[in-house]
Amino acid sequence: MIQVNGDPLQWTPGMTVRGVLQAKNYKFKMLIVSIDDRQVAGEAYDTTPVPDGAVVQVIHLISGG
Amino acid sequence: MTSNEAAPAIAPCAMDFTKRTEYHEGLEAIRAAHRLLKEVRFNPSLPEKGYNNRTLYVNLGTREVLEKPVTQQMKDLFIGGRGFGLWQLWNAVTPETRWNDPENEIIIAPGPVAGITQYPGSGKSLVVSISPQTDIPIDSNVGGYFGPLLKFSGFDALELQGKSDRDVILFIDGQKGIIRVEEAPLEPVDSHVLAEILTRMYAEDEADRSNISVVCTGAAAEHSLIGMLNFTWWDKRRGCIRLKQAGRGGIGTVFRDKKIRALVCRGPVVKADMNHPVDFETLAKTGIKLHKELRTLDDSQCKMRRNGTAHIVEIMDAYDLLPTHNFQYGSHPDTHRIASNVWEARCSQMTSDGCWYGCSMGCAKGADGLVLKTGPYKGHMVTVDGPEYENAAGLGSNAGVFDPDYLLELNFYCDTYGICTITYGTLAAFTMECYQRGILNKERTGGLELTWGNAEADLEMMHQMARGEGFGLIAGQGVHKMKAIFAANGWGDAQLLQDIGMENKGLEYSQYLSKESLAQQGGYALTNKGPQHDEAWVIFMDMVNKQLPTFEDKAEALYYFPLFRTWFGLLGFCKLPWNDVAPADNASTSEPAKIPEHVQNYLDLFTATTGMKIDRETMLLQSARVYNFQRIFNIRMGKGLRANDIPPYRSCGPVTREEYESRAERYDKQMLEEIGVDPAGKGLDEKIAITREYRMARYGKLCDAVYKRRGWTADGVPTMARLAELGLDVLPELVEIVQAHGG
Repeated sequence: MIQVNGDPLQWTPGMTVRGVLQAKNYKFKMLIVSIDDRQVAGEAYDTTPVPDGAVVQVIHLISGG
Repeated sequence: MTSNEAAPAIAPCAMDFTKRTEYHEGLEAIRAAHRLLKEVRFNPSLPEKGYNNRTLYVNLGTREVLEKPVTQQMKDLFIGGRGFGLWQLWNAVTPETRWNDPENEIIIAPGPVAGITQYPGSGKSLVVSISPQTDIPIDSNVGGYFGPLLKFSGFDALELQGKSDRDVILFIDGQKGIIRVEEAPLEPVDSHVLAEILTRMYAEDEADRSNISVVCTGAAAEHSLIGMLNFTWWDKRRGCIRLKQAGRGGIGTVFRDKKIRALVCRGPVVKADMNHPVDFETLAKTGIKLHKELRTLDDSQCKMRRNGTAHIVEIMDAYDLLPTHNFQYGSHPDTHRIASNVWEARCSQMTSDGCWYGCSMGCAKGADGLVLKTGPYKGHMVTVDGPEYENAAGLGSNAGVFDPDYLLELNFYCDTYGICTITYGTLAAFTMECYQRGILNKERTGGLELTWGNAEADLEMMHQMARGEGFGLIAGQGVHKMKAIFAANGWGDAQLLQDIGMENKGLEYSQYLSKESLAQQGGYALTNKGPQHDEAWVIFMDMVNKQLPTFEDKAEALYYFPLFRTWFGLLGFCKLPWNDVAPADNASTSEPAKIPEHVQNYLDLFTATTGMKIDRETMLLQSARVYNFQRIFNIRMGKGLRANDIPPYRSCGPVTREEYESRAERYDKQMLEEIGVDPAGKGLDEKIAITREYRMARYGKLCDAVYKRRGWTADGVPTMARLAELGLDVLPELVEIVQAHGG
């Protein structure tokens, strides 16, 4: 299990940042993602693994509105 | 398509964007019928450090034309734009003034930085009046060339008072120094026709059309309370006028009540340094930096240059925030039919879409080649400005309309008839829900079958509004008055009407679902003018990011963002270049949501134009003065207190059984984990009642926290201490109101 913005999410082996975003249906592009307080660059979403038990924060910047 | 992929590209429509129905055949006859009622000469001038230090006053009733000085106190306390407008309105009206009294004014004011051509989004004007919908001041920001051209003719604001006894055009010639009031008996009424004719009529040659901007409205503004104003700019490549809207609050209705057919400004040829800034080099450098960001980052961020604000249609749907069927739900299976890829293909690309010079964001997209299916222009080929997100959501999903061509047609007719797309979208959705629930029926609507997605009935309601007949006349009163009319007729339960009628203070909600964001519930209802998102849009911070867990955190956001965004309206800036593109290293800053580098850009632009050095604190102080002044203005007009900040329950939670059941898992979970009540074994109505009691109590606590952070009493009145802190205690009339209300 991992935490994403404070909510639990079922962890699966091989899960990447991209997988987390897909699981949460986070479609917005202006994001800041960090895993256990370490920021992940946008170009590394597909390759950065998310370990079991990680605390993931996905900050959506404000747009529209 | 996987869930995190962008919507796929659709082949663009092969459209000749120079082709459309032409309207200027009768121009000479229309011109010949004009009769000069008043002519005044003035000395055209250019601003110094962003200010002309004079405004123009025109009384439509007496034909008095005056220049008024801009005092140092006015600049210190109110800065410009919305601040100037509110101050002039304050001095014009009394607590008894209503929207259709002669003393009510319409003030159009660009701010001191408005008109610079170096930085994207710097051509905005603010329009202020007593609203027919809310009976308090409304402020509406708008692009187009009128404000900057007015300023470069020599005036920091235009103040319109009185009521004419016949239709008139006010012409301000900033090249020749002439102001004329002309009787205009033969003018067409609707904006897309009228503005084309007037642009050609007042331009001296084809090249001069770029120096002309027209302000006008349309037929529906004459028969409704939701009229808006169109501000034009000349689109040289398309060879037509384009329209930008001061939409909210019914200012177009006030405009026609004064029998103003149009305002026309002919300014000088625009050049780069016309504000006479103190530091042109900084303006240029700051602008170049943002142009580069847009060029290199926009395609991977919001694609504003291709889609405009419509880029968020499918995003709002994905986060359950897209208003659907009168804000009952936040998503719909047919959203893909009105998603950004549809508009990207439908709008002509690679042409100029900036509503002021130098805007490389250029988000004012244009859908060319639409052949209309209904109404007085049936069969005409037109260019539609948009749709922006608000129009796609309001006229589209909220009414269940997912046909792009009908959505464009609704958008077009709102514009040319002179009614606010946001307001119309919300009121149409309300009538459709009333129809769904049997509050309305075919007999009560005079034959309109207002079922979800019935675009033809929706359009016919709008055409009736423009013709001043049938159910359209009732709908044109807006949601607030419709609720009272329906209840008085015995149509539906008054409480249900109150709950589902999405208005606060008399103004309709804009197009975001706020049910799951307490902070945004406040972001809408704890506003000065009514629920418009231009004060605070904090849904992502609150609902998705969970960055605002406590009442104090939410209150801080509802302190900072409304003040920060008020500042745009004081200076003449557009909000979009602030945060619809972000610097590449924004993520590594301490407060990425605020886009610190762009905030610094704005401080630099202000200082470089005016010579006044300010920091972030001063920026907020400038806004806070105007923001609190507007709150006190509301109190003066009989509103502006806690009782006026209560939202309809639909904005806070599920009103109906269907709404609760559609997200039952979410609500049951909240009941168990947050309220501390086990939903097991409870009936649906009981669960709805428990949820409602909890959510409304929570909203009350939010009000307490926000008022405290803003320096207001528990009844929402700015305190004397706050007044003194802001330096507003030098105005005795404010002190008197605050003290009379326990502030």
